[in-house]
Amino acid sequence: MYDVLVIGGGVTGCSIARELSRYRLKTAVAEREEDVCSGTSKANSGIVHAGFDAEPGSQKARMNVRGNRMMPQLARELDFAFRQNGSLVLCFDRKQLGQLQALKEKGEANGVEGLKLLNGEEARALEPKLSGAVEGALYAPTGGIVCPFGLTIAMAENAAVNGVEFLFETEVLEIRRIDAGYLVRTNTGEIEARAVVNAAGVYADALNNMVSERKYHITARRGQYCLLDKKAGTAADRTIFQMPTAMGKGVLVTPTVHGNLMLGPTAEDIPDKEDISTTSEGLETLQSKAALSVPDLPRNMTITSFAGLRAHEDGDDFILGEAEDAPGFFNALGIESPGLTSAPAIGEYLAGMVAEKLGAEKKEDFAGQRKGILNPQELTVEERNTLIRSNPAYGSIVCRCEMVTEGEIVDAIRRPVGARSLDGVKRRTRAGMGRCQAGFCTPRTIEILQRELGEPDLAVRKNRAGSELLTGKDKEELKEAGR
Amino acid sequence: MRTCDIVVIGGGPAGLAAAIAAREAGISEILVLERDRCLGGILNQCIHNGFGLHTFREELTGPEYAERFIRRAEELEIPCLLETMVMDITPGKVVTAMNREDGVFQIQAGAVILAMGCRERPRGALNIPGYRPAGIYSAGTAQRLVNIEGYMPGREVVILGSGDIGLIMARRMTLEGARVHAVAELMPYSGGLKRNIVQCLDDYGIPLKLSHTVVQIHGKERLTGVTLAKVGADRKPVPGTEEFIPCDTLLLSVGLIPENELSGEIGVEMNRITNGPSVNESLETSAEGVFACGNVLHVHDLVDYVSQEAALAGKNAARYVMGDWKEGLRIQLEGKGGVRYTVPSAVCPENMEDKLTVRFRVGDVYRDRQLCVYLDGERISRAKKRVMGPGEMESVILKKSDLLARPGLQKITVAVEEAE
Repeated sequence: MYDVLVIGGGVTGCSIARELSRYRLKTAVAEREEDVCSGTSKANSGIVHAGFDAEPGSQKARMNVRGNRMMPQLARELDFAFRQNGSLVLCFDRKQLGQLQALKEKGEANGVEGLKLLNGEEARALEPKLSGAVEGALYAPTGGIVCPFGLTIAMAENAAVNGVEFLFETEVLEIRRIDAGYLVRTNTGEIEARAVVNAAGVYADALNNMVSERKYHITARRGQYCLLDKKAGTAADRTIFQMPTAMGKGVLVTPTVHGNLMLGPTAEDIPDKEDISTTSEGLETLQSKAALSVPDLPRNMTITSFAGLRAHEDGDDFILGEAEDAPGFFNALGIESPGLTSAPAIGEYLAGMVAEKLGAEKKEDFAGQRKGILNPQELTVEERNTLIRSNPAYGSIVCRCEMVTEGEIVDAIRRPVGARSLDGVKRRTRAGMGRCQAGFCTPRTIEILQRELGEPDLAVRKNRAGSELLTGKDKEELKEAGR
Repeated sequence: MRTCDIVVIGGGPAGLAAAIAAREAGISEILVLERDRCLGGILNQCIHNGFGLHTFREELTGPEYAERFIRRAEELEIPCLLETMVMDITPGKVVTAMNREDGVFQIQAGAVILAMGCRERPRGALNIPGYRPAGIYSAGTAQRLVNIEGYMPGREVVILGSGDIGLIMARRMTLEGARVHAVAELMPYSGGLKRNIVQCLDDYGIPLKLSHTVVQIHGKERLTGVTLAKVGADRKPVPGTEEFIPCDTLLLSVGLIPENELSGEIGVEMNRITNGPSVNESLETSAEGVFACGNVLHVHDLVDYVSQEAALAGKNAARYVMGDWKEGLRIQLEGKGGVRYTVPSAVCPENMEDKLTVRFRVGDVYRDRQLCVYLDGERISRAKKRVMGPGEMESVILKKSDLLARPGLQKITVAVEEAE
């Protein structure tokens, strides 16, 4: 029997779990995939929004602005990559300059600080590669970028260190009220908990609707992205948004915290909540739209493309809090953009409510600091050599594009909530995330995973069950077939 | 700081041949830095035969070909550091490298020879839409898994791209027990050698689908199939020609890119066509004393030519270190009319040997044409060619005497022309 079961190990669930781990509560996170950060949290813009988009008074506005303010401190506490690079919303039409002003006023009503209107020249002075067609821009110095994997994994690790259990490959099938709280039936067995937190992303509506008469409906809204080589990373220093134009909703151009350039997303409502496929139309659309902001984008430097699903609730706001007719069942539902930015605030807000409901007290021994995977590239030569002497694995480069050492990969596997798959290693260390897209490091990483996990050779997976990377040994099938 | 006359970056066929030639030219201090566990580079996973026909008049496997150079390097007592990654090279030729035993260390090099090879173009560069399941590998990654690690990356295979590695892997996967259903090629001609199409596809009944590409990737966990479609003259898929092929593996052989991240740090001038450095007759880059050879310079089809080219780089690096170097006129060398690039792209006749091999690729398939060499406006040679294609590297020979006989010469041009 748990005090709290958090359903969903995305950025929202992990943030709630970490905040719950401040309290004397027995908490578990149930995640259907083999790792945290495997759904919407892994495929988004990685933007820490300033907070001028959301309607004043909405949960989105409140959580966004609060999350934005929490992020710098959290990045220091949990040691993940974050940069306050500022953002610009571009306006290409003089007639729309009034809307830019309205956006500024909305932001100010939400409590966003430092917003400033720029004319085209001023915008281009900040970002020299911007299009000459830019007539004006809204500058938000508090806008930032974060590594979504880094943020989610940091919170998960810290939650685990503070006692939260992570139950992977555990998919919730049914939730029932029982006297003590809830009985959650999963593919791996039944779990009882006094309180349940629903942070199930695009499936949060289904879970809520199992226990509450207040029915919600979530649409999966797909966003496709292109990631460009680090050589293209200098095309923009700030995050460049577009005002919606007659041509539709715009796309963004942003550097990532690791120095790549990212374009995206599209916005397509998708009936299948598992459909994270990219389409040629989608990729072409976003490349041509991105070129409106920055005309000289080196499109041939795309190293990968991907898609994620936003959990769009019909009411267009975050649904946060206890379901009225289901005591002890808490929703974090409809968490679409600015969900990543809001995650720290949502965690704090919901964990507080759950703790109050359960009458939980704060722990005295909560350890809020977490040290990330050591990045030897940040060390001096002397420090690096001391490290290599004590652990030679740090002297061995596995991923040559991102210069990731064996030491980092082993650390990623061995630490709490460690990597169990190729993608798990990639999200923690960036091995395989560079310009060759894992061409060279895949065999080495497989070898390290085999050794560290101690599983059968062929069990190494890309991510979830069924994604095994190897199908057999050489000539095995010939022998079996007697050929 | 430790110093060394010549530091060779890469211990594959190019690096080894360059180091051997430099030693034979009389350089005592040479160091080869290799990132893998053994010397030989990509040859170690090329276990098929067909290597060395030009160099040794024998048909060797990749590892056997490499072995001959490794043994020669051992005989010449050329020091090599394995599992050593070069992290940085400065324009002043300070090489920073790292390995498990020595940690991070720096060497002041007299000359540097770049021989880092190339890498494969990944899926992302093609923007193939669909899911991102397991089972999509670049052909070279699959080759390493099968030939070195002993693992099969799949059973039912489709290959996109008919570059040589793709063709070789079609045969290898078949021999190891997998079924290769098709090799799809975007272009109306193959990017690989003719002999590989015959020996790797035709002999095994594997269809080569020219003017086809993958338009959709299916499967959420492991690949379940790909949709192929015909492409038109604009290389765009033709609607209505889609064909679903069930498979669990897609191998990509869609191009090789010289690995010039380090060259970029030195700031050498790059050639936009080859993605390798621009070099002169001595295979010296725009950075003085920094030479390049092998696939880091331009992607080759045959290792024999890599060895020849690298030997020239090694010899010239030795001349540079020993001060046997002349400053002279720079004559521009360029391709025209179907010749996409030339290596080298500039010539100083005073520094060249009696004969210089100029290597290049053509941009299309040409039948019954002639290859011509012009010195300024004057044609000095023509050679009939029955067939030329982008998949096979071509060459012409320049004679030093021809160049020296024409003082004031400004430009050398290599061109494909209608046969006379």
